[in-house]
Amino acid sequence: MPDLRELYQEVILEHSKAPRNYRELATANHMAEGYNPLCGDHFTVYLDLEGDSIRDISFQGSGCAISKASASLMTQSVKGKTRAEAARLFDQFHKLVTGQSPANGNRAELGKLAVFSGVSEFPVRVKCATLAWHTLHASLEEKQSTVSTE
Amino acid sequence: MTTAAKTLPRESRPADVREGGAGFDLEKVRRDFPILRQRVHGRTLVYLDNAATSQKPQVVIDAISRYYERDNANIHRGVHFLSEHATEEFEGARRTVQSFLNAADASEIIFVRGATEAINLVAQTYGRTNVHAGDEVLITAMEHHSNIVPWQILCEEKGARLRVAPISDSGELLLEDVENLLGPRTKIVAVTHVSNALGTITLVQRIIEMAHRGNIPVLVDGAQAVPHLKVDVQALGCDFYVFSGHKLYGPTGVGVLYGKSALLDAMPPYQGGGDMISSVTFEKTIYNKLPYKFEAGTPHVAGAIGLGAAIDYVNGLGMDNIAAHEHELLAYATETVSAIPGIRLIGTAREKASVLSFLLDSIHPHDIGTILDQEGIAIRTGHHCAQPVMQRFGIAATARGSFALYNTREEVDALVEGIQKVREVFA
Repeated sequence: MPDLRELYQEVILEHSKAPRNYRELATANHMAEGYNPLCGDHFTVYLDLEGDSIRDISFQGSGCAISKASASLMTQSVKGKTRAEAARLFDQFHKLVTGQSPANGNRAELGKLAVFSGVSEFPVRVKCATLAWHTLHASLEEKQSTVSTE
Repeated sequence: MTTAAKTLPRESRPADVREGGAGFDLEKVRRDFPILRQRVHGRTLVYLDNAATSQKPQVVIDAISRYYERDNANIHRGVHFLSEHATEEFEGARRTVQSFLNAADASEIIFVRGATEAINLVAQTYGRTNVHAGDEVLITAMEHHSNIVPWQILCEEKGARLRVAPISDSGELLLEDVENLLGPRTKIVAVTHVSNALGTITLVQRIIEMAHRGNIPVLVDGAQAVPHLKVDVQALGCDFYVFSGHKLYGPTGVGVLYGKSALLDAMPPYQGGGDMISSVTFEKTIYNKLPYKFEAGTPHVAGAIGLGAAIDYVNGLGMDNIAAHEHELLAYATETVSAIPGIRLIGTAREKASVLSFLLDSIHPHDIGTILDQEGIAIRTGHHCAQPVMQRFGIAATARGSFALYNTREEVDALVEGIQKVREVFA
């Protein structure tokens, strides 16, 4: 039986209550909106890209504890990273929350993001955990339309 | 007053569920629903998502199995034994629906896929014939998407205008607003009988009276009403009444459009095909009489028979008994849930049925839903296919418990304990 405490880890609850980098970014030169039509979660991710690297990142919006904490931790994790590094992190994060990541694999790279490992036991919540990441991806790709989890 | 702190842990309480004076043996009734016996995440299932779909009693499951085991044949055209028998069963189900709604004639009962298809049928036939550029269609601010979008499609096609009667902070319609919005350009009114997101029982009879003064027909969306209230379409005087079988303990994929025969007769067909014709040549097709004109193709025969069995089942318990039991349950749930610190109820109309929509502090309903699910409690979280209702209250979603005839006070206590668990996790 999946354990609720595995899903709602302290770090996740704390970030959902006090999200980091939760603001509009004045210096943003890229942005994208993410929307989950099933639950109404809605986030905007702001990016300040300098050449190939993410100089600054922030987000705003509303959603459940998982989606908000994920957005908050994502902004911390990718700040200062290159596009390629951010893409690689998303790939690893996605494997983690969908249960495709070996338990003893190279989770070190994920750092704090490893707290989302419990999500893999709750398949319907994978979309919550990945919404901000899909939005980041869209903003890096400069897609104009709102990304949707559906 | 029972408060959450005083309730005993669920597993330690005796299994006495005959409280509350249901007017029927609740424990026995629960045994009629095999799905309720199972455990979810190691806990006894507490199913409180009845506004989404209800569970099925064994008699409904058996009726469907029996049809496929013994009676399966195509209807209306065959001359053989099975076809005649299947036709008899199918038409018997139609008469069961007729008497359930107290329709004047069985030919006024059209079998469709569900309430959604019934509304689309009326919008695409009555609507396309009678609504023109500059005309208006009046709905309310608490409609399900299925009673909004078909009218939007119609209005867009015709250059007509969709008008929306507002609701109050408690989730009630204001009759003077409805009256003010009715005018010479109004060609049809479509209103829900019971709101799926708020539980409000609307004053449909008064709205119908007001609309009829201007000879405006009224469609009533009864999807959330028929499981909980006795409905008499002749007493209401409505022109169309729609509902889905699966919310009334019947199977999915079958529902009903009731329409006054004079209106149905004048309407063009919805879909063309077999069974809806009297004769076909390449030059001209003569349409069949009611109700077959609106039932193109082989219908959901097993579904209709299952729906008939479901109606027999609720009739056996008595709609008045069911309504009284659910009313008592909703009052108990409203009292105990609203006593929890941080709870905000969404939908506090004086007259309500079945639905308890709520928010808990700033905790997102999805998180509430996941934690309750771990306790074996099934509720709905989200916008309930009524996004304009959420916008009206300035929220993205709610958590919604909704009750059926088989729910117990014990299950309400389990919900209260579950919500306390949510508070603990987010403390």
